[in-house]
Amino acid sequence: MAQVKQDAARNRGILLRDSGPAQAAAGASDRAAGTRARRRRGREGGGFWWIVPTLYIVFLMLPIYWLINMSFKTTNEILGGFSLWPQNFTIESYVEIFTNPVWYNGYVSSITYVLINTVISVTVALPAAYAFSRYRFLGDKHLFFWLLTNRMAPPAIFALPFYQLYSAIGLFDTPWAVALAHCLFNIPLAVWILEGFMSGVPKEIDETAYIDGYSWPRFFVKIFMPLIASGIGVTAFFCFMFSWVELLLAKTLTAVDAKPIAAVMTRTASTSGYELGLLAAAGVLTIVPGAVVIWFVRNYIAKGFALGRV
Amino acid sequence: MTKTWNNKAWFMVLPVLLLVAFNAVIPLMTVVNYSVQETFGNNLFFFEGVRWYEEVLASSRFHAALGRQFLFTFIILAIEIPLGVAVALAMPRSGPWVSVCLVFMALPLLVPWNVVGAMWNIFALPDIGLLGRSINALGIDYNFTQQPLSAWFTVVLMDVWHWTSLVVLLAYAGLRSIPDAYYQAAKIDGASRLAVFRYIQLPKMSRVLTIAVLLRFIDSFMIYTEPFVLTGGGPGNATTFLSIDLVKAALGEFNLGIAAAMSIIYFLMTLLVCWVFYTAMTNYYDGER
Repeated sequence: MAQVKQDAARNRGILLRDSGPAQAAAGASDRAAGTRARRRRGREGGGFWWIVPTLYIVFLMLPIYWLINMSFKTTNEILGGFSLWPQNFTIESYVEIFTNPVWYNGYVSSITYVLINTVISVTVALPAAYAFSRYRFLGDKHLFFWLLTNRMAPPAIFALPFYQLYSAIGLFDTPWAVALAHCLFNIPLAVWILEGFMSGVPKEIDETAYIDGYSWPRFFVKIFMPLIASGIGVTAFFCFMFSWVELLLAKTLTAVDAKPIAAVMTRTASTSGYELGLLAAAGVLTIVPGAVVIWFVRNYIAKGFALGRV
Repeated sequence: MTKTWNNKAWFMVLPVLLLVAFNAVIPLMTVVNYSVQETFGNNLFFFEGVRWYEEVLASSRFHAALGRQFLFTFIILAIEIPLGVAVALAMPRSGPWVSVCLVFMALPLLVPWNVVGAMWNIFALPDIGLLGRSINALGIDYNFTQQPLSAWFTVVLMDVWHWTSLVVLLAYAGLRSIPDAYYQAAKIDGASRLAVFRYIQLPKMSRVLTIAVLLRFIDSFMIYTEPFVLTGGGPGNATTFLSIDLVKAALGEFNLGIAAAMSIIYFLMTLLVCWVFYTAMTNYYDGER
């Protein structure tokens, strides 16, 4: 019984979030009551609840601070001594990255394959997730499990065969090779997240639309996709994220032209000795796109990590 | 939700199926192929049966890597899951600080994996890194490039830094889905903080925590880039986990047969664990419906 109530509450939550101003007023009063209740709870937990997250965030920021600190030092200063902030503040490393084509092309090719991969993954995952959330069909559970196993297969296993496969079809060292290879784990993830979000939309909406004479493609684009817009955004974010951070396959599948920034960094670290300032600056710049993207999805990020199943 | 039986739904999953199969089946079959053959170069292959498998399963090197892998996964799960839940419980439930917390916490998840390794490398170096310097200043002899224990400590700390936020975000999402009525009821009943956690928050989080354990298990089980950049698997073989060992065998020593057999065994183990979790999870969902 409680379960039914809670499901209803959940569905109502979804409708509220996606509905127009008419229901917003009702929602606001609901929320106000919720906030009051939360404040009461906050007091009960003692006045020091904020210490834990604060300490945790400080812990998270320390290595990042150190990286930023290093990026503004010269290599000599880094190796010469220890200081908590740059003594001879310099932006030389950043200038080098933005003027040297090897470096900035790394960024361009990384962003290219990440975007291609995100578009492909979300596009093909949308109808598939709909099928999994609405229909039963022959072998559906097995298929879903098989998809998940690919999200979980260690990329190290596939490194060598991927190299041979993409060389054989002539895509080696192009952004397309990396974009397609990353589909291996991004498409299953996209299907998984989208299926969670779609299952939260009541089926009555589909049925009403069909009765109103909508065809499936029109219904899907005009009615259904706007309803799960936040889910699509979150999915795109996750595809972006996992394609952006993966290096093993990206490095294996590229040589010169499509080398991702992360691989350029590895090479710098190993060949030209220890150019730590440069390495740190490049590292800082790889964090920036992530930080920007997080800002856009900040309100949905928790739900997205729960694969839409909260 | 009741689902209708409709085999035409296959058309909707067809593009996904083709793309993933192209990326999964062909390479996997290549690996299977290598794992049963011996080569002397010149593209000449001889059928070897299960010899490589026997060799891998009997080799102490594989056992050592596997042992290190399980130990690592166990340690980081034992730290990250409780820590993540604790941070999520202490997070503000509403207000402007929520977004700030979430953005900061999600940041490590979006750092490319080799940058994580490089960042921790310069953070932990005993002479110029903040962490290494501080630990040595405390009077503890610490050098992660030479002492296995220090290397382990650094790798574990790095993984905690990198992935605990995932658990926090999941647990937080679970906590937010609890209706206020539950807390009010608990208050009327005079439930203690512990009882609220045990009987309201934990059960409501169990679903997302399953996902968290699953994802953390899988991802830590295939960890490669971060420890590779940080320690290169050393000192000695102290932090050579399964993936690192695998890549060493395949690309470093070009032992294709051994590497392929290892891949298959590795893959089957992951598969088994996934299956257990997946069954547990789907049973859970079906029970809820």
